[in-house]
Amino acid sequence: MDVKTGFFYFFSIVLLFAAFRVITSRNPVYAVLYLVLAFFQAAAIWLLLRAEFLAIALVLVYVGAVMVLFLFVVMMLDIKVDGLREGFWKHFPLAATVGVFIALEMAAVLMGGFRVGDEPQSAVALGQASAEFSNTRELGKVLYGQYVYPLEIAGAILLVAMIAAIALTLRQRKDSKQVSPSMQVRVKARDRMTVLKMASTKVALMDDAASATTAEKKE
Amino acid sequence: MIDTIFALGEGLLAAPWWSAIGWPVVWALIKVTLVLMIVMGAVTYTTLWERRLLAWAQIRMGPNRVGPWGLLQPIADAMKLMTKEVLRPAAAEKFLFYLGPVMTVMPAMAAWAVIPFGPDIALANINAGLLFLMAITSMEVYGVIISGWSSNSKYPFLGALRASSQMVSYEIAMGFCLVVVLMVSASLNLTDIVAGQNKGYFAQIGLNFLSWNWLPLLPIFLIYFISGLAETNRLPFDVIEGESEIVAGHMVEYSGMSWAMFQMAEYANIWLVSVLTTIMFLGGWLSPIDSVMFNWIPGWIWLGLKSFCVVTMFIWVRVSFPRFRYDQIMRLGWKIFIPVSLIWLVVVGGWMQTPWNIWK
Repeated sequence: MDVKTGFFYFFSIVLLFAAFRVITSRNPVYAVLYLVLAFFQAAAIWLLLRAEFLAIALVLVYVGAVMVLFLFVVMMLDIKVDGLREGFWKHFPLAATVGVFIALEMAAVLMGGFRVGDEPQSAVALGQASAEFSNTRELGKVLYGQYVYPLEIAGAILLVAMIAAIALTLRQRKDSKQVSPSMQVRVKARDRMTVLKMASTKVALMDDAASATTAEKKE
Repeated sequence: MIDTIFALGEGLLAAPWWSAIGWPVVWALIKVTLVLMIVMGAVTYTTLWERRLLAWAQIRMGPNRVGPWGLLQPIADAMKLMTKEVLRPAAAEKFLFYLGPVMTVMPAMAAWAVIPFGPDIALANINAGLLFLMAITSMEVYGVIISGWSSNSKYPFLGALRASSQMVSYEIAMGFCLVVVLMVSASLNLTDIVAGQNKGYFAQIGLNFLSWNWLPLLPIFLIYFISGLAETNRLPFDVIEGESEIVAGHMVEYSGMSWAMFQMAEYANIWLVSVLTTIMFLGGWLSPIDSVMFNWIPGWIWLGLKSFCVVTMFIWVRVSFPRFRYDQIMRLGWKIFIPVSLIWLVVVGGWMQTPWNIWK
């Protein structure tokens, strides 16, 4: 057993443990964090397979962005875990039957791919590639050369979905007193405040009157 | 007895697993330790430099009592922080509360693995270096969120929410800046990105610093620098820990060394963003003018000097500008930086297709 195999088993064990904890941990925040750990282990296994672009993209997109938003939402929800666990054992037999059925179906389809000994030719070629071989560059060439139209179509569909999601959730309250930030930024000092020129001390205009009052006081 | 140890050592050196696995691992560990020691040293003394610079800008002395010119002040601070008690609120989530600072420091350290300090000096000179950096730095937000949530208190939680939305927003603008740099240098490898800046018209006549990426990509350079300020939660974008609103944000409940770890992460991130700015826009380890005197100075000194200037810019921005309001920060990120960097992406892409392409 070489070092790579050792690493593979280590990552796999942690991955399975984390995936198991995702569905069994009582606190949803812990579940999300275990999911992050699971993504990391999957990325590490892909790195062992020299798929560095996929591995880093998994960390960048799922761990760096998607799971942050997940965590964001889960933290703000006030989930009563005990209420969710009610009737767990009542529904367990049905759920277990469906799960086992799905697992058997997948095994039946995938079993052919797990035969030891006939490794795909492309994988063998990759394994023997030199250090100069850049997985990222090859993937880019294929994506933006051979598959450029499907890629652009997928991008357009995602853009439409994004705009739709924003349009559906964009609501403004009518009684809101919000001021547009661009108006606030454009404001000039003279719109808000006028500076008046005033003498710092009052000019004593009525000398006679003042002296008259003091004279009165003296009396 | 010495003979036994000698024989043991000789047997170890002769063993096949030692030269195959043992020595490379030990050697890698030595290099990692060296890089981390340099980074931690820089982090420690940046705190002193920041405090002195702030003081000079405000016409006062700053910390100058411990050691000559206050040079031992960071050591004194470290001693104080290490001996302080680490408190934990009774209602906090124990495991996550202690995991938070660790998760903040870890990515700030891990990112240094791919930074090239010279033409051949890098812990790992990998082809997807830029992608690796983006992936690692995108994890920084976890430490803040975890510590904010696990403190089980209002201000830390609000700070964590602000942090996550701000960091996710500015990462997009930063990502587009990196895409433009990637386009003009046609490589994700940081060493190649630096090497690609040393050619062009100005490099031929000896004024190398004019052919670096900062001049042709000036708007991208500015956006990257300002996004870097927001990404490291520095002033004027530090509403995450705005003391006038939410005390200290996610750090409210932390004390002693666990608080110090947040500070360490902040300064390590400042250095990381500065070194990245240097590598991608300011020519990395290249000397600014092609002359014997300048070329004689080793590359890592140039890299250090340039990064130090960028770090000083961070501190200068901190002392000069008032804090942004939170919705204005979001507006700046989403409505100004992302469109501008996207437009520049198209402009540079078009430029590269014309005969005036300077990045051939």
